[in-house]
Amino acid sequence: MTDKFISIEGIARRYPGADSGTTTVFENLWLSMSRGEFGCVIGHSGCGKTTVLNILAGLDQPSEGAVIVDGQAIEGTSLDRAVIFQSHALLPWRTVLGNVAYAVTSKWRDWDRARVKAHAQTFIDLVGLTGSEHKRPSELSGGMKQRVGIARALSITPKIMLMDEPFSALDALTRGTLQDEVRRICLETGQTAFMITHDVDEAIYLADKIFLMTNGPGAVLAEIVENPLPKDRGRIELHRHPYYYALRNHIVDFLVSRSKTFAATVTDHDPRNVPTVRPGLSEPIIVSPPRAVEINPPQTIAR
Amino acid sequence: MTFSLRFRAAVVSIALFAAFLGIWHLATRSTGTAANMSPEYARLMGLTATQGKSAMPGPLDVGAKLWEHLKRPFYDNGPNDKGLGIQLGYSIARVGLGYFLAVIVAIPLGFLIGMSPLINKALDPFIQVLKPISPLAWMPLALYTIKDSSISAIFVIFICSVWPMLLNTAFGVAAVRKEWINVARTLEVGTVRRAFTVILPAAAPTILTGMRISIGIAWLVIVAAEMLVGGTGIGYFVWNEWNNLSITNVIIAILLIGIVGMLLDQVLARFTRMVTFPE
Repeated sequence: MTDKFISIEGIARRYPGADSGTTTVFENLWLSMSRGEFGCVIGHSGCGKTTVLNILAGLDQPSEGAVIVDGQAIEGTSLDRAVIFQSHALLPWRTVLGNVAYAVTSKWRDWDRARVKAHAQTFIDLVGLTGSEHKRPSELSGGMKQRVGIARALSITPKIMLMDEPFSALDALTRGTLQDEVRRICLETGQTAFMITHDVDEAIYLADKIFLMTNGPGAVLAEIVENPLPKDRGRIELHRHPYYYALRNHIVDFLVSRSKTFAATVTDHDPRNVPTVRPGLSEPIIVSPPRAVEINPPQTIAR
Repeated sequence: MTFSLRFRAAVVSIALFAAFLGIWHLATRSTGTAANMSPEYARLMGLTATQGKSAMPGPLDVGAKLWEHLKRPFYDNGPNDKGLGIQLGYSIARVGLGYFLAVIVAIPLGFLIGMSPLINKALDPFIQVLKPISPLAWMPLALYTIKDSSISAIFVIFICSVWPMLLNTAFGVAAVRKEWINVARTLEVGTVRRAFTVILPAAAPTILTGMRISIGIAWLVIVAAEMLVGGTGIGYFVWNEWNNLSITNVIIAILLIGIVGMLLDQVLARFTRMVTFPE
């Protein structure tokens, strides 16, 4: 069995719906990641991927199931799990340094001012914002704001970085630069990261594992795609790699057609044993076929 | 050659003011001998009867009287004859005290209402009923229970300034962006620290706007309250001078009430600008 650094175990999210019924966004969702891995969730809007991330962050509670991180069931938010928000969520009345320092003082409450400043400065330098420490968020461009968001998340040296479509509000050029930065930082620091995205190329470039989710309501994790591209892939030559198009086509096919028809066509889908595929030169080969359930009976699905 | 907008506006303002003074002067000047009467009788009747002078003072009369007041703002010749500085001082002190009490009550309570939907719903009917009550309607009740006219006036100021601050604070606190709260939550910031480091700065512009509305209302109400309770203050001065039939003094008081009100508003406006953050 692989090391399960993050393990999402049978979580569900239901909302009270019309006619005293409940709407199930997703249920019986199982997902695990090892330490140092970069995972991306791709799915259409409304499949509950943001909810999954919020549950991981502790900002939201699952209706059923549990999430285990580093051997402990999570309960609420934690400084071990940093979130990079889609809307950067900087405090506009604080400077760049103030925003990062706020996170630093939250983690290390007894540090003195100089130590907090020095620590925050390290991470501001890391994201390439040296010289802008005393600017306010309103004076920064969208990309710079998100860099501050990244610096803030990294400054508390979290076990996991959670990113909710962090670059979707940025223009393509800035997005590319920031993806490079995130990739560099994650590789350098061995950071475990979990990201939600709409962008197939972003997932291919950044992720080790790509989680494909079907359409909601009643969304399921359909497939785990292992990234066959080399770990030292670069943005420029990414699309020249022989496996690139197989991988890309596989994901796009899923998003375009299979995400809609999955529930109707695949009847023997076992949420605890989601098939892992690694697209290669020809057709994707299944490296871990869905197995018959061994010991534990599948979670009973609540009605 | 073009002048700045500011300069041109100032020119228009001065022109309008001059026109106003001119019309005022012409409307109230003497129109010559109105009636023949014996000099002794004429002296008794005054200029209004003898030269057709309007009972309304002209700008020159007001200006002269104003100068007199400005030269000696703090004289005290007994209960009915005090300098304008003293009268304004009393009013400002009352407003300051009542307003300060209102701040102490309204801002913490507003925080509570803004942060707790339960308290919000529970207190809402009371606030809705109490808010539209004219502050002066509380006066008899205040006089009866407090048995001190000066403190009653302060109470009336308190009750009229509390509502805008309370509602704005509650609204500002409840409207703090969810993402900022989430930032604090993911950083495991405790409730008290969150209130001071996220909610207060985020809601400060709204709270200050409420405080600015309140100071305006308080200054409106103090004049009426002092007319009722009497004794001291600019409101009492206005009423006393009306009883003295000194329209000149009434006009001067009106002018000063306006200026002090403007200054109070400017102070709060400055504070509001200090806490406002660009997004």
